[in-house]
Amino acid sequence: MGRLMSIRLEQRGEMSRAMIYGSPLIAVVLTLIAGAGLFAILGVDPLDALVTYFITPIATLDGVAELFVKATPLVLIGIGLAFGFQANVWNIGAEGQLTIGALAGGGLALLFYEVDTVFLLPAMVIAGILGGMAWAAIPAFLRTRYNTNEILTSLMLVYVALLILSYLIHGSWKSPESLNFPESRLFHDAALMPILVEDTRLHIGWLFALAAAATGWILIARHIVGFQIKVIGMAPRAAGFAGYKEKKIIWLTLMMSGGAAGLAGMIEVSGPIGQIVPVISPGYGFTAIIVAFLGRLHPVGVTLAGILMALTFLGGETAQVDMNLPNAVTGVFQGMLLFFLLATDVLVKFRIRMSSPKPAPAVQEEAAE
Amino acid sequence: MIPDWIVLAILTIVTASTPLVFAAIGEVVVEKAGVLNLGIEGMMVMGAISAFAVGVMTEDATLAILAGAIAGAALALIFGVLTLYLMANHVATGLALTLFGLGLSALIGHSYVGKTYPGLPRLDIPGLSDIPVIGPLLFGHDILVYLSILSVILVTWVLTKTRWGLLIRGVGENHDAAHSIGYSVNLIRLACVLFGGAMAGLGGAYLSLAHTPLWVENMTAGRGWIALALVVFGSWRPWRTFFGAYLFGGITIVQLHAQGFGVAIPSQIMSMLPYLATVIVLVFISRDSSRARLSAPACLGRNFHASG
Repeated sequence: MGRLMSIRLEQRGEMSRAMIYGSPLIAVVLTLIAGAGLFAILGVDPLDALVTYFITPIATLDGVAELFVKATPLVLIGIGLAFGFQANVWNIGAEGQLTIGALAGGGLALLFYEVDTVFLLPAMVIAGILGGMAWAAIPAFLRTRYNTNEILTSLMLVYVALLILSYLIHGSWKSPESLNFPESRLFHDAALMPILVEDTRLHIGWLFALAAAATGWILIARHIVGFQIKVIGMAPRAAGFAGYKEKKIIWLTLMMSGGAAGLAGMIEVSGPIGQIVPVISPGYGFTAIIVAFLGRLHPVGVTLAGILMALTFLGGETAQVDMNLPNAVTGVFQGMLLFFLLATDVLVKFRIRMSSPKPAPAVQEEAAE
Repeated sequence: MIPDWIVLAILTIVTASTPLVFAAIGEVVVEKAGVLNLGIEGMMVMGAISAFAVGVMTEDATLAILAGAIAGAALALIFGVLTLYLMANHVATGLALTLFGLGLSALIGHSYVGKTYPGLPRLDIPGLSDIPVIGPLLFGHDILVYLSILSVILVTWVLTKTRWGLLIRGVGENHDAAHSIGYSVNLIRLACVLFGGAMAGLGGAYLSLAHTPLWVENMTAGRGWIALALVVFGSWRPWRTFFGAYLFGGITIVQLHAQGFGVAIPSQIMSMLPYLATVIVLVFISRDSSRARLSAPACLGRNFHASG
């Protein structure tokens, strides 16, 4: 490419700090421009569409509350995944862990349907976390014991988890009063997330997300485990010499991301949904992957990215209602955002030089992170 | 004498396996060149909607099939530019490609939901197709089924018997060496990525033109990921990958027929079989780590930058 366009990429001596923080912003701006173009192609006034997408949803208190309701699972899962991604552990089955967490926590609510106790909700939280962990334990075990690629196993288990949900909700968990609709009984108040801001749907789940972000920050920036995770991700051989146990880190990161996803699933059924339904998540587990990258795998960044991504979900819903645009636009936006982010990321490690190429190129290789 | 229902069952296995063959054989070439494209699902689903849309609009099967291949390759081009020239992480870019493809296909397909396509014509050869059993099994398929088998033969031949194959394997095994003797690593890789995209697009086209000739959002239903697993299953060899695809097609059909015969297992449990089978097969393949490492291209998933 260099010779064709006489634009070359030159490796920077150090990573550009400006670009580490700047490239997500550039990516967001490029996504908005490309989005405007997309709307124009669809025959919709771009400015109008962008306002409907990104401003209208948060113009009211209800809207802002809804933004945090949607950001809760994204931030929770994104924080969990970021640990694994830093250690080169690719858990992309968070959607499945979320589903099993929702089933574990929600199942407890159905099991103790008649019981009204303050202990129910904490028990559901623990069940949700354990459910997600159990589902993530399968790829962790297979990777550490049989060296099986966790990308494929965790993803295959998403489909299995969704089928388990479908089986239960069409079978024994179906509410006797639902007139044969595949949905469970409505949870009792003792099994519902308390509301944080009155007259909105914002519940205490958001505090769990913030707590996860804070814990994540302490762990990654101030704790030896965070350091080990980073070393294993960046220099596996060096980590081996230092005596860091790769298997331990694989288990740890998968348990953290699985537990966080399971908690997110439990919060969804116990918070905004209030019962178990056939579709618990509109793909939070997959979007959280983008959230983790957009947030630079850093807890503060992930929190901000989670809120931004929540806006794309909200905007998609608003655009569907107000402008009759298909909800799928959300996926297109999310995909584009990740593309642009990955594309602008090159500026962190390389600088662009416009000149004719020098002779005798030296060979250098960049291991994928 | 083989009863008719067995012939029919085999024909449905062919239908279930063909999309997997296309996608997996394409990915074999991509990975042989050292690139790990996790976006097969996105390229497949874009191939499916593009082929279906063009098919419905023009009623021309050839154009529809071409549209599927081009759409897959177009998406692969994004992946190629990002990973090869902008040195983006292969895993993250592939995921983005899948999310983007699923979203964009749903957006395009919005106005095609509920429309129907007559399906691909069978290439009947008068006389031959009428032979009982052998006739329908060997001669009664549509063009894409033959194309899928032809692609296995061609890819095997190119990879093992030609200079091109040597180049592809060279950049996959050691990109520095290939670069130092004067080959353009990224150009070879880009060609392979585009080929893989076109093949995934053809797999998707088969789904929406022949398998179930209509458009349903998200209709690939994880087949792209299964294709990825099949490449590992086939230890990066075209024929083994091909048999893997038919094995999985077979499992899918057995699962469907078991329901038809009134086997008292809930449909959801049966539907889990292909996914669980993928996991179990992966475990068996990867258990012997020394062997897995021998057959995987040495530079798989690593970026290449010639600085200077």
